[in-house]
Amino acid sequence: MIQRQSHTSIPVLDQESAKTFYTEKLGFEVRTDADAGGFRWLTVGPKGQPDLEIALMPIKPGMMWDEERARTVKDLVGKGTFGFGAFATDDCRATYEELRVRGVEFAGPPAERPYGIEAVLKDDSGNWFALVQHR
Amino acid sequence: MPHRDVPRIVYADAFRRLCRARDLVHDRFRDPLTVRDLARAAGMSPYHFLRLFNDVFGVTPRQYLMRVRLDHARELLVGGASVTDVCFDVGFSSLGSFSSLFRREVGRSPSDYQRHKRVIVGVPATIGRLWVPHCFLMHYTNAIFEKPSTAPLG
Repeated sequence: MIQRQSHTSIPVLDQESAKTFYTEKLGFEVRTDADAGGFRWLTVGPKGQPDLEIALMPIKPGMMWDEERARTVKDLVGKGTFGFGAFATDDCRATYEELRVRGVEFAGPPAERPYGIEAVLKDDSGNWFALVQHR
Repeated sequence: MPHRDVPRIVYADAFRRLCRARDLVHDRFRDPLTVRDLARAAGMSPYHFLRLFNDVFGVTPRQYLMRVRLDHARELLVGGASVTDVCFDVGFSSLGSFSSLFRREVGRSPSDYQRHKRVIVGVPATIGRLWVPHCFLMHYTNAIFEKPSTAPLG
């Protein structure tokens, strides 16, 4: 039986810029930032969820992606093609205001949904996330 | 380590004594242990001990000892120790025999294994052991899952 998710990843256009965005704008903490022998292993996570590491993965050619595919993914991410998950908050409207003041881009103001209050934000690379206050 | 059900003909007392010899391998794998040493720990004649050990554990005592040494060698290599230090630290007396046995059993030379593994785990001394899940590594490296060797130990 799988107990929980420990790691996930977000493709980013620039790791340093993403690190700044996730820590200084979203308020996440850095879990690991290390040279893993040829690439930078950079993970962050929400302060209230210490057992989750979100890897900020640069979009580079490697074993899985060739040059062309990496270029395509980079282009798609930059154009805001992908949604990568939802962040939970106790107060969506307050968090929305707080993040907006810090310069986080939102698709629109918080809206009532059947499941709670939700706003949709974009990271500095172009990835979308829901910010949800559940009922 | 390979394990098989204890054959019915091996009585509990004999099994316990075989386990005592096996534990001795784990405790003293760095020493030049002989079959005679292990048989003595089991309270059996070398011939009887060899036959029963192989029946119960599926490998000869020498194979078992080599595997324990190689397991420790892999850990030390990942930790950054030099191949020569690892060789002598785990009980081999010849770098050549250590390297060829390692290559045959693990599928890479000790130095290749170390390079490969240190890419995977990083291990910067200041932050301790670093774990990067393999699905992420595959994006950046040519790291592949190791296939266990089926080659017999010498």
